Amino acid sequence: MSTRSALLVAALGFTMASAVAFAAESPNLGRVATPEEIAAWDISIGPDGVGLPPGSGTPKQGETVYAAKCFACHGEKGAGKPNDQLVGGQGTLPGDKPPVKTVGSFWPYATTVFDYVRRAMPHNESKSLTNDEIYAVVAYILNLNGIIADIDIMDARTLPKVKMPNRDGFVTFSRGK
Amino acid sequence: MAADRSTVHGSDLDIVAGNGLIHRRMFLTAGTAAAAAVASAALPNPAAADALPVEPWMKLPGSGFVGYGQPSKYEEKVARTWNTAPGTTGTGAARTPLQLLDGMITPNGVHFERSHSGIPDINPDTHRLLIHGLVKRPLVFTLESLGRYPRESRVAFLECGGNGQLLYQKEPAPVGVQAIHGLVSCAEWTGVKLSVLLQEAGVDPKAKWILAEGADAAGMSRSVPLAKAMEDALIALYQNGERVRPSNGYPMRLLLPGYEGNINVKWLRRIKVTEGPTMTKDETSKYTITLPDGKSLQFVLPQEGKSVITQPSPGLTMKEPGLYEISGLAWSGYGKITKVEVSADGGKSWANAALQPPVLSKALTRFRMPWRWNGGPAVLQSRATDETGYVQPTREKMIAARGNRTIYHANAITTWAVSDKGEVKHVYA
Repeated sequence: MSTRSALLVAALGFTMASAVAFAAESPNLGRVATPEEIAAWDISIGPDGVGLPPGSGTPKQGETVYAAKCFACHGEKGAGKPNDQLVGGQGTLPGDKPPVKTVGSFWPYATTVFDYVRRAMPHNESKSLTNDEIYAVVAYILNLNGIIADIDIMDARTLPKVKMPNRDGFVTFSRGK
Repeated sequence: MAADRSTVHGSDLDIVAGNGLIHRRMFLTAGTAAAAAVASAALPNPAAADALPVEPWMKLPGSGFVGYGQPSKYEEKVARTWNTAPGTTGTGAARTPLQLLDGMITPNGVHFERSHSGIPDINPDTHRLLIHGLVKRPLVFTLESLGRYPRESRVAFLECGGNGQLLYQKEPAPVGVQAIHGLVSCAEWTGVKLSVLLQEAGVDPKAKWILAEGADAAGMSRSVPLAKAMEDALIALYQNGERVRPSNGYPMRLLLPGYEGNINVKWLRRIKVTEGPTMTKDETSKYTITLPDGKSLQFVLPQEGKSVITQPSPGLTMKEPGLYEISGLAWSGYGKITKVEVSADGGKSWANAALQPPVLSKALTRFRMPWRWNGGPAVLQSRATDETGYVQPTREKMIAARGNRTIYHANAITTWAVSDKGEVKHVYA
């Protein structure tokens, strides 16, 4: 080994030792979370549907949930007003007129509807619906938008397979575009 | 264009652009002949001056101490204004009164707010931050434990992704800077680097994103590129020296310098390390830019280079012709502001404003420009350039590029028209 290589190795060794020393000096004051604790808090559902809970619901069942919990803010059959419109608007994204963005016309993933309803709806009592109620009301909204049939059942297996009309309508931004 | 020296009171002012813009040395160098000439020309008639009364507060002791001070009672108009979603009191956005502030730092009491289900009343002793997902060791942190980590401070602007959206309207909104651009503020944030906590948890090489989630009733959640989380993300515990305000995420928020406000998740309770983005409601159905062809730009994260004149601006009427300082704010989510140009003739001619130190990356930068208003109509604009060379676009250019069927990331030049009465209003130039 040449002197130069030896120096290089020595330098590398020093760098690695420093890195190890640095990591060892990190405060490490977090305690390890248990699987049960994580399960209770981990409510996010990605597009693959991993983590969707047991339970199921149909559009018909969802109509009942909607009438009791959603109608006051989102109107009859998701028509909107006073708050967001949930149904309709398909075909309005291109053009000159303002786009009508709803679950049916705009949302790219059905899993997002489940995730959002579970975490944030109804607005004044979020996280109060049962998993069956959430599956049912999501099924109702998808059915009103013509995305699933009257007889379709939404559960952890079927929901991630729903192809939303605007699934391919998004482009990841990079500067200059 | 040719400098118009006839409007100056016989002095040798350095006109730098049309309609009265003056070189900044007029204000910065006292005692020069030119400054002296202007000063004497501007002196009011002594006979018309107010008397110098001996006020009661000069003769009697003032009030006593208080635990937490408040602004003068004469400053009550320095306040946020807000809109809320139907049927709610705390779901909406409150705007900073930029026209009534100066410098680069926003006082905590008027920092802008955007909340999706009100401001939660969080007990700091029971609040927890969970880091899990694609990590070797899922970890739980208390506020107390985070307080023992090395901390650092970062002056950073926060701007709502929807700030400036009125500029997309076909007709100019008859409002001022607070209503149009008040969803931007700047503070010194102090906290723990997220990268340190992630390193302790041990990130799986497969991971490319994190999900950040709040403890509010909306469970506000956004996906963040892991690279950004490792680069300069902060778990902010302090805001301008005091604990983060409840409306800004007490007891801890995510700070992602330069990124749109919504992704700087407040009341941070959970970080999940993931392979891909979670595709939350806010990063799909809301904070995306729908183009004329119907496609939508997603993950438009840094705020683009932008500036606005805050003084004068609508509501701040100028009483008489004379010397004024045009002042405003510039910022970019891509780095430092390198130049702000000001025009008093609707963009026909421009001059460089003075950038007030410190000029910090991804922070608000205060700019200043001396102006002699001759009492006639004027059209004021500012145009920022950032260190990447990006130049703030005109409104026409912004709309040509993105259309006007979105409400997000409006960073176009804003135009104020000054009438011969000194009134200022929002116009399109």
